[in-house]
Amino acid sequence: MTNQVDNSKRRFLTLATGAVGGVAVVGVATPFIASFFPSERAKAAGAPVEVDISKLEPGQKIDVEWRGKPVWVVNRTKEMLDNMAKIEGQLTDPNSDGSDQPEYAKNKTRARADKANVLVALGVCTHLGCSPTFRPDLAPADLGPEWVGGFYCPCHGSKFDLAGRVYSGVPAPKNLDIPPYKYVSEGVLLVGEDK
Amino acid sequence: MSKLQALAGNVMNWVDDRFPATKMYKEHLSEYYAPKNFNFWYFFGSLALLVLVIQIVTGIFLTMNYKPDGNLIPGTNVSVAFMSVEYIMRDVAGGWLIRYMHSTGASMFFVVVYLHMFRGLIYGSYKQPRELIWIFGMLIFLCLMAEAFLGYLLPWGQMSFWGAQVIVNLFASIPVIGPDLSVWIRGDFVVSDATLNRFFALHVIAVPLVLLALVVAHIVALHEVGSNNPDGVEIKKNKDPKTGIPLDGIPFHPYYTVKDILGVAVFLVAFSYVVFFAPEMGGFFLEYPNFDPADPLKTPAHIAPVWYFTPFYAILRAIPSFLGTQVWGVIGMGAAVVIIAFLPWLDRSPVKSIRYRGRNFKIALVLFIISFICLGILGAKPATNLRTILSQVFSVIYFGFFLFMPLYTKNDVGTTPVPARTTDTNTQRQIGFAVYALLAVLGAFVFGKLV
Repeated sequence: MTNQVDNSKRRFLTLATGAVGGVAVVGVATPFIASFFPSERAKAAGAPVEVDISKLEPGQKIDVEWRGKPVWVVNRTKEMLDNMAKIEGQLTDPNSDGSDQPEYAKNKTRARADKANVLVALGVCTHLGCSPTFRPDLAPADLGPEWVGGFYCPCHGSKFDLAGRVYSGVPAPKNLDIPPYKYVSEGVLLVGEDK
Repeated sequence: MSKLQALAGNVMNWVDDRFPATKMYKEHLSEYYAPKNFNFWYFFGSLALLVLVIQIVTGIFLTMNYKPDGNLIPGTNVSVAFMSVEYIMRDVAGGWLIRYMHSTGASMFFVVVYLHMFRGLIYGSYKQPRELIWIFGMLIFLCLMAEAFLGYLLPWGQMSFWGAQVIVNLFASIPVIGPDLSVWIRGDFVVSDATLNRFFALHVIAVPLVLLALVVAHIVALHEVGSNNPDGVEIKKNKDPKTGIPLDGIPFHPYYTVKDILGVAVFLVAFSYVVFFAPEMGGFFLEYPNFDPADPLKTPAHIAPVWYFTPFYAILRAIPSFLGTQVWGVIGMGAAVVIIAFLPWLDRSPVKSIRYRGRNFKIALVLFIISFICLGILGAKPATNLRTILSQVFSVIYFGFFLFMPLYTKNDVGTTPVPARTTDTNTQRQIGFAVYALLAVLGAFVFGKLV
């Protein structure tokens, strides 16, 4: 036994204690950080929603809540669909190559082929998540003479056509999302499930 | 000496042997020597402390009746949280007054802090040896912004909901981790009850604790190096050789406690006017869409942040998205706040106070004030092409003020040399200040009308 202090041993023990303590801190932090993620209940929420569209007149739009977000159902008239084709040159992604939709909605109308007039779209702007306004009117004063109907986001001015396709030169980078959906009978739509 | 005084002295001695009460009192009040030439700009530090106390006290009482519950009351479209705020406003005795004090206090906090920061800017208070005071101050400012944002969600009105929606989605624009990060912040795939609960927890306990610790650090650092003053001279350089007390210093108590009480009185008159006669301040302190309960399916026609965030919001909107992402605007907004913290190292001028600076800094400062005010006005209005271009111009000026500072402040000194001792103010300066202040207010008014 000497009175000499072994400094290198002390340094080693300090470092080792620090390192092991650091691991413990990370371990203890884990449940706290994990608790910020959505709970099991939040993950389980989001059952499909049934919508009766038999009374949806041509040109009309209804809002449905699915997973806490607005889903729009629009019964587009023949004229609306024709007008959509005319402004395709002004769109960023007219064929929806870089946008999110089920395979059966990856077409010009962005709808199922058997009911191409009915648009089912997630009403959440792909910019910062505001819900755009339905503007079916032709050439309104605020949107200019070339406006053939569509959706306008009040937050940052993004514009979409009546198929939820985004115009070029606006903040939103891609088309509105199309949720999975199917028709369970002639007039009943199921949002959130397509199998 | 009476028996009572002797007893009090004994009690004090007993305490001082166990806790440095008298020592602290002397260090921070009766023997803290502050420069004798403080002008009205020096009210805003103590006023910020006052507003902090107002916010904490009113906040505690609000939590006694507020319920952070975003679930709808059965059979209605109104959430429990929204109704609990209405309950405070209508049914709780004095509740409306406490809430208006809290909501007015939030805005007044930013009024006072912006003026406090501006004081630091014009008198070079961030310069060596006060860099750390400035850094602590900037952290306090960040905490305040977090407090304001988190607290704004709690009433669960339309603006609460959609404001949080937009700001949380900003994080989603960060490449790779963004989408998961925004879900992690919300605790759900949409802004929901989970989001409201965690924002409440952060607003009432987590951030205030950090804020209080930072305020202590801010003041301890200030009292270590001593206060700056409108002349930017170090009073510790001229001490009385016998006592060691700075010749231009006066004890904080009673001189500045008394002076600050005057500031408090004037401030409370303005504060009370807002609380009692204009708690909404024309939609600037409390935004009208927030009187509607949150509706996740419908965005209000025009979304704007509360006035104190509008300069930074204008910068966010001014930067377009490119390379397939709009993260640049978010980075720009963050940088606009963070860059202020670097002032001590950007400013190369040999003098502190604007009184002895050269022409370069004065011109740059005027441009900066114009850009900050105009960005604030632009950020409050809906975007148009003209306003976007103006925002871009003012954003460039805003950043230019900081980024070119090392160049234009180098050797930038005025014709009057820095005096060795503090000076008194004079009528010429006072009139000059009044003219500049009037020009700023009128200019802001005219710009707001024109744009």
